[in-house]
Amino acid sequence: MSPRAPIGRFTSHWVLIPGNDIDTDQIIPARFLKTTERTGLGPHAFHDWRYQADGAQKVEFPLNQPGAAGAEILLAGHNFGCGSSREHAVWALQDAGFRAVISTRFADIFRANALANGLLPIQVEPGFHGVLVSAVPGTELTVDLANETIELADGRTTSFSLPPFSRYGLLKGVDELDFLAGAEPDIAAFESAHAARISTLAVSRSDA
Amino acid sequence: MGAAPRTLFDKVWDAHLVRPETRDTPAVLYVDLHLVHEVTSAQAFAELAARGLKVRRPDQTLATMDHSTPTTPGASRLTVVDDAARSQLDHLARNCSEHGIPLFPLGDDRQGIVHVIGPELGLTQPGMVVVCGDSHTSTHGAFGALAFGIGTSQVAHVLATQCLLQTRPKTMEIRVDGRLAPGVTAKDLILAIIGRLGVGGGTGHVLEYNGEAIRSLSMEERMTLCNMSIEAGARAGMVAPDDTTFEYLASRPAAPKGAAFERAVTDWRLLSTDAGTVYDRHVHLDAKALAPMITWGTNPGMSIPVNGLIPDPAEAKDERERESLSRALTYMGFRPGQALAGTPVDIVFLGSCTNSRLSDLAAAARVLRGNRVANGVRMLVVPGSQQVKRAAELQGLDRVFRDAGAEWREAGCSMCIAMNDDRVGPGRLAVSTSNRNFEGRQGPGARTLLASPLTAAATAVTGVVTDPRTILARVAA
Ligand code: SF4
Repeated sequence: MSPRAPIGRFTSHWVLIPGNDIDTDQIIPARFLKTTERTGLGPHAFHDWRYQADGAQKVEFPLNQPGAAGAEILLAGHNFGCGSSREHAVWALQDAGFRAVISTRFADIFRANALANGLLPIQVEPGFHGVLVSAVPGTELTVDLANETIELADGRTTSFSLPPFSRYGLLKGVDELDFLAGAEPDIAAFESAHAARISTLAVSRSDA
Repeated sequence: MGAAPRTLFDKVWDAHLVRPETRDTPAVLYVDLHLVHEVTSAQAFAELAARGLKVRRPDQTLATMDHSTPTTPGASRLTVVDDAARSQLDHLARNCSEHGIPLFPLGDDRQGIVHVIGPELGLTQPGMVVVCGDSHTSTHGAFGALAFGIGTSQVAHVLATQCLLQTRPKTMEIRVDGRLAPGVTAKDLILAIIGRLGVGGGTGHVLEYNGEAIRSLSMEERMTLCNMSIEAGARAGMVAPDDTTFEYLASRPAAPKGAAFERAVTDWRLLSTDAGTVYDRHVHLDAKALAPMITWGTNPGMSIPVNGLIPDPAEAKDERERESLSRALTYMGFRPGQALAGTPVDIVFLGSCTNSRLSDLAAAARVLRGNRVANGVRMLVVPGSQQVKRAAELQGLDRVFRDAGAEWREAGCSMCIAMNDDRVGPGRLAVSTSNRNFEGRQGPGARTLLASPLTAAATAVTGVVTDPRTILARVAA
């Protein structure tokens, strides 16, 4: 939500949720999409992997392990966030306390949604991903957005890259809608040069 | 003159640049048509309210209720599944009336799945940019539109400014030569394409479907194809417009009329990719070699020919694939090397924005006519829109389904996403014409096999996964 707080540097341990191609239906199942709020979805993040049908926790699921408490970084497999465009997936992860997700690839819409909300989609090479996966649980990682690096406590580091505009906006707390609104003169010029191709109002009045 | 050759995508993209992309800033891209539904819009309207903004172009915005609406015959607000869903529908109604956005609510005779009603009204046209807070917006690419799904933050962007911030995607040509064999449909083709690319293989790309097989597809088949482009991770899928497109549009309410239509067609003909254009990637398939496809796993890339065998993780090409296959086998309760054909199913779902148009229903009815849905199998038929429903009833298709013992229901997303009461049930196996077989997509614990309407209908008749060609041979005889 705006105005957004700038994001800088932070350090946290991570939770590993293994599996490739984790789709947004797993991150937040559809039956929780009936909310009209952005908040409150955290308890339902990964709901069906996290709880039994009777609501009891599945103890073996990473988010239910004691080491997961307080983690602000989610480490996930390849092609994270594929499937549905639901921004609820990002809201749920943020509501569950995450500020960054690390993967070797993100689905396009998930990445855009994450950037719009300030959840950092950090894409790393498979090699460094492997380093993280095999690190001692509880190891801490420092995310440095300004320098686009992540660094382990032992000094091993790698870089990542966000679109320059997103990086700038996240660092400065500039929001995308404000930026778009700043394009108003160009939008107005475009509209006066290009008549609207359709009118949904007209079609809704005619009996189609 | 002498301009560099451009792809269909390039032409649509270039024509919508309010501001070009620079090294530091994304492009500002203008949106011609913004479709809205109840699930992904409430928070966007709230964002506008918080900033004191209005909807810039209600006349280029259209809303409907489809995801969480009931599809029980005679569905109304009273039969909405719960208070949360009702509140979401009420939010949409209030937001639309406040901002002057036309809405086709539950009970309206133009209501339906957002990706079915845009095209059938003629709102989706070649060369447009179409967006919706819904990943299957890729459907509209069938018309040579650039159409893609966006998140709720971006829904707010479009509501307020009619524009989006976008970075230019790469292009990929999917060339399909030859013609599909009888019994092999556009659904089978797209399942084969996703199988080839993998669920992440299209990431960052707009797909353009080309070749003889694509040219010979009807508009409804092209919609099925483009609909599932997102399942390969693609930003969008597109088919260049041609006479098939123009014929489809000619009589639609929102299409230009008379001389204006002729002028539009002249412009639309310019949209095809120029000779000599280079795409970033090429993929080539032979339509003749394809059989009806069915998924066996937990993403749409995990498919096999309906008579094929489920793959063995031991033969996977790498560790990542081995892991994915094993996980999927565990969830689905299948064995490596097992045949799917002959496997008993509990539910058959005919519907969703992939396969709920008139020709989909007609194809299934061809198989079901004079047959019965097998004992112990529940079959739901959910037309994509009220208009499709009426057209099907005019042709007597509802009778065919009812006589066969299938349920003939109201329009909506229904069991594709299971946000209402239409759920498969834990552990139960469904053959579904929808687009996602993710774990629990059709309700907690549901196991989904994605297939064409023909395969779904054939399976309904026999009660076990069935190659539709066996039954088609019978009904044709
Ligand atoms: S039918 Fe399914 S995929 Fe299509 S819009 Fe509805 S929920 Fe989404």
